[in-house]
Amino acid sequence: MIQLAIDLAFILEKAILIGGIITVSLVVAMYSTWAERKVAGFMQDRLGPNRAGPFGLLQPLADGLKLFMKEEIIPNASNKFLFILGPGLAMMTAMMTSAVIPWGKQIEIFGRTVDLQIADINIGILYIFAVLSMGVYGIMIGGWASNNKFSLLAALRGASQMISYELAMGLAIIALLMLTGSLSLKTIVEQQSAAGGWWNIFYQPLGFLIFIVCAFAECNRTPFDLPEAENELNFGYHQEYSSMKLGFYLFAEYINMFMSSVLMATLYFGGYDIPFVNDASLIESMGMNTVAILQGLSLFAKAAFFIFFFMWVRWTIPRFRYDQLMHLGWKVMIPLALINMLITGVIVLIKENGWPF
Amino acid sequence: MQTLTNRSKAVDRHPMTMWEKMYLPSIAKGMSITLSHFFKKKPTIQYPEETRPFSPVFRGLHILNRDEAGRERCTACGLCAVACPAEAITMEAAERKEGEENLYREEKYAAKYEINMLRCIFCGLCEEACPKDAIYLSETFAPSNYKREGFIYGKNDLLIPDPKTEPELYQKAVGERARKS
Repeated sequence: MIQLAIDLAFILEKAILIGGIITVSLVVAMYSTWAERKVAGFMQDRLGPNRAGPFGLLQPLADGLKLFMKEEIIPNASNKFLFILGPGLAMMTAMMTSAVIPWGKQIEIFGRTVDLQIADINIGILYIFAVLSMGVYGIMIGGWASNNKFSLLAALRGASQMISYELAMGLAIIALLMLTGSLSLKTIVEQQSAAGGWWNIFYQPLGFLIFIVCAFAECNRTPFDLPEAENELNFGYHQEYSSMKLGFYLFAEYINMFMSSVLMATLYFGGYDIPFVNDASLIESMGMNTVAILQGLSLFAKAAFFIFFFMWVRWTIPRFRYDQLMHLGWKVMIPLALINMLITGVIVLIKENGWPF
Repeated sequence: MQTLTNRSKAVDRHPMTMWEKMYLPSIAKGMSITLSHFFKKKPTIQYPEETRPFSPVFRGLHILNRDEAGRERCTACGLCAVACPAEAITMEAAERKEGEENLYREEKYAAKYEINMLRCIFCGLCEEACPKDAIYLSETFAPSNYKREGFIYGKNDLLIPDPKTEPELYQKAVGERARKS
């Protein structure tokens, strides 16, 4: 019976954590839209939005208000249930990834030690991959339910692109897992932040390269934004959508971008590890809570860099043609990932067995 | 073939080398270019706060001038309306009454003087036609309006402020273009 006893404080703690993380990801996604336009402007020698509030900081609110005010249109010939389900699913799967990401080590509130992670499950990476593959359903269902040729084409493209790139991404991750020996994201981060531990980017540079290219494809970002290729498919899978349903799709893209940035930072750049210092000794000198905040900020700084990188690439590289995309995915990325896996495997074996050469 | 300039370049169609097929070096090059633009000075002019300086010969919004005593110079002779290629100017003449000598310079004046800014092509022929230096084109342009009627400028829109009663506004409106009398 003891095992079934419900710890109310535990539920409250997790509820607050979930609320906090969802709020933070929504705010980050909101300001990513602003940052995207600002970065685009600056890279094209323009100023970007600067009228709404100081530096245009209220622009996302104005955009959101505009989206809410727009007329809600559901096409007559569409499948109404799936049409509404699509954006909801896209948004939900985008948010679900955040559950297994460690945002910091631990904080102490009211005598309780709270892990800054919603769920430390031992199959963290598998969970993320499962959720990422579900993300394609948002696109598929939305595109199909619109009953529009362009939307359907875009949805098919999106689905096949995501499936192709998930393979290479998975293979890149397998090489990383051979080194870490764990699927739990917390363990991976702790290995990197431990004294004498190096960030995984130094062990897996090729793996990281494959991962980041695949992350671009998974997030439907330029140069792989074929599902919403404006000049061929009008607006892609969300062409028939209006009002906040369209907003959900656009928003889900930015949340996905934030989540994959955090994931890249976690897997390859030490997660919440503060660079150039030993976190364990810092906890002793500064206290647990301060360090946890610093760690959170460190993770956010890394994620912010990757978000900037996403935008930087978007405003530099033109879109791939569809056959080039498939060529890159199947004939370049997957063999490269396999080679990377092979090399990693050999090195791990040599290290374990101490083979003389 | 002899080229006209020495700037032409032959198109290079050799098959891509391994280094070029990797794409990453050229992507890095492109990204360094975009990043360099990120820090460049932006040429934007923030319009309502800043305005672009106009050329001294810019032909903008019309102004009906007054003389130094603040009397209207226009005598409603109609030469500007005749000269106007877009037929944007209409006017109605009236005779000066006793006691209005401080308002109008000559015995005849324009009771109604309208310029349709949507028709006007800002060629400046009215300015050239005017024998009394009564109309000239200033250095500003017509502000936007929600209605077509708002672009038909009457006398109260066009007349310059009185130099006697509002000297500062007059100096501001007169600008560099008007022939000082």
